[in-house]
Amino acid sequence: MNAFLVLAASFILAMVALGLVRTLRGPGDAERMMAAQLLGTGGIAVLLLQGAGSGMPAAVDIGLTLALLAAFASIAFVKGAARSRRDGSQLTDL
Amino acid sequence: MRVALDLWTIVAVSAGAFFFLAGTVGLLRFPDALTRLHALTKADNLGLGLAVLGLLPRAAGLLGALKLVSIWLLVLLASATVSQLIARVARREDSA
Amino acid sequence: MGLGFEVGLIVLVLGVGAWTIAARETFAAVIGFATYGLLLALVWVRLSAPDVALTEAAIGGGLTGTLLLGAAARLRATEPADAAERSGAALHMVAGVLAATVTGGLAAAVLFLPDPAPTLAPAVAANAPATTLGNPVTSVLMAFRAMDTLLEKVVLLLATVGVWSLAPDRLWGGRPGPRHQANPDGVFAFLARLLPPVGIVVGIYILWVSADDPGGAFQSGTILAAMWMLAMMAGLADAPPVSRRSLRFALIAGPLIFLLVGLGGLWLGDAFLSYPVAYAKALILAIEFPMILTIAVTLGLLLAGPPEREPGR
Repeated sequence: MNAFLVLAASFILAMVALGLVRTLRGPGDAERMMAAQLLGTGGIAVLLLQGAGSGMPAAVDIGLTLALLAAFASIAFVKGAARSRRDGSQLTDL
Repeated sequence: MRVALDLWTIVAVSAGAFFFLAGTVGLLRFPDALTRLHALTKADNLGLGLAVLGLLPRAAGLLGALKLVSIWLLVLLASATVSQLIARVARREDSA
Repeated sequence: MGLGFEVGLIVLVLGVGAWTIAARETFAAVIGFATYGLLLALVWVRLSAPDVALTEAAIGGGLTGTLLLGAAARLRATEPADAAERSGAALHMVAGVLAATVTGGLAAAVLFLPDPAPTLAPAVAANAPATTLGNPVTSVLMAFRAMDTLLEKVVLLLATVGVWSLAPDRLWGGRPGPRHQANPDGVFAFLARLLPPVGIVVGIYILWVSADDPGGAFQSGTILAAMWMLAMMAGLADAPPVSRRSLRFALIAGPLIFLLVGLGGLWLGDAFLSYPVAYAKALILAIEFPMILTIAVTLGLLLAGPPEREPGR
């Protein structure tokens, strides 16, 4: 069972890696902001499965923290991108 | 009972992993930012939800199970709102 | 099985790190850095260090990324000149040799450690019952090395004063950062109303469990700071003027209580910062609660930056 959970964690990690390659390379700012989103869901799944597979109950607390901070990071990136328009205009309809 | 719960964990986590695969395929193959965003959030949230469901039998007591479910709910809330915001930036980029 | 996971994680972390260095745009590089931080949290979990993983997830991901974004925003005017500049091959070579030397030195230091490596872990485990805490990391931070923790908080205070000193003279004591605007009926304001209450509960919970399980005051303070920043970014709360008395009291509350408990140890016990065993846990919690307030306010102010608006506005 533990081996299966670590295997599942490795698989989802590979998916996160593929997703990161795509989002970090992406031609626009919107793609890059998705990187934080991707880590927020995929990374937490990897964390929970890895923690359950190696007997670390604290992984759930780390998952909670990661969920909150990844959300905060995503929003900070959106605000940052909204301000970095080349023409200097503000994105105020958020 | 133990066997049934283990079977449940394996089935649910495998289904979750499958949805992560689907989400990543969508992220890689869809044509523009908005569709990619859709694949990312919907499939990955479902994948995380199924993984959490699979890990519930192994949770450390009622508090542990509550924490797992609240992680999923938090991620749902944050993803839903943040993808709205990212989509607005993407739409603005497209029309610029 | 575990080896495959570890190799995959290492490759991913190195790849994201390399990409962050190679990225052309500052915004992309900052996102790469935040991603790198969040991935490092997974590495720490694999190394069985949950307290460090908590800190990495809290600080290395969201908070440092936001700090760098603020810095990038201030540097935007210099970006065209920066992108056009090309350094010579000689400079690249010197930088490469220097980086390789440092890496080689670190690798040698780690790989040639004596076996078993020197460690204080047995001493901590032997003395842990004196603190009545179940989490050895908290014992070390709040009891055995409490002096270092106290001094760190003072350093945070000095850093805040340093950031404030970047304000022009006429704005000293003003409100940090611009006035953020967001549609009050919009999605952003909605999230900024729902998330902070949850975040505050989680933050205090992380502090509460740090006595016996992985957690800590710094991680807790960081979560609270992030929630405060969220409310400020959505325009639901405005940054207070830094001359406000209650703000300044919050900034010193943590180190002050810590110092008072330490002096109490000198008077009632054996030495500065000694805790009588019967009250150890209660005293440590009494120190940690004001400390998370201080850490939250300090980190929030560090992120907000130097005062940019006059106090009255």
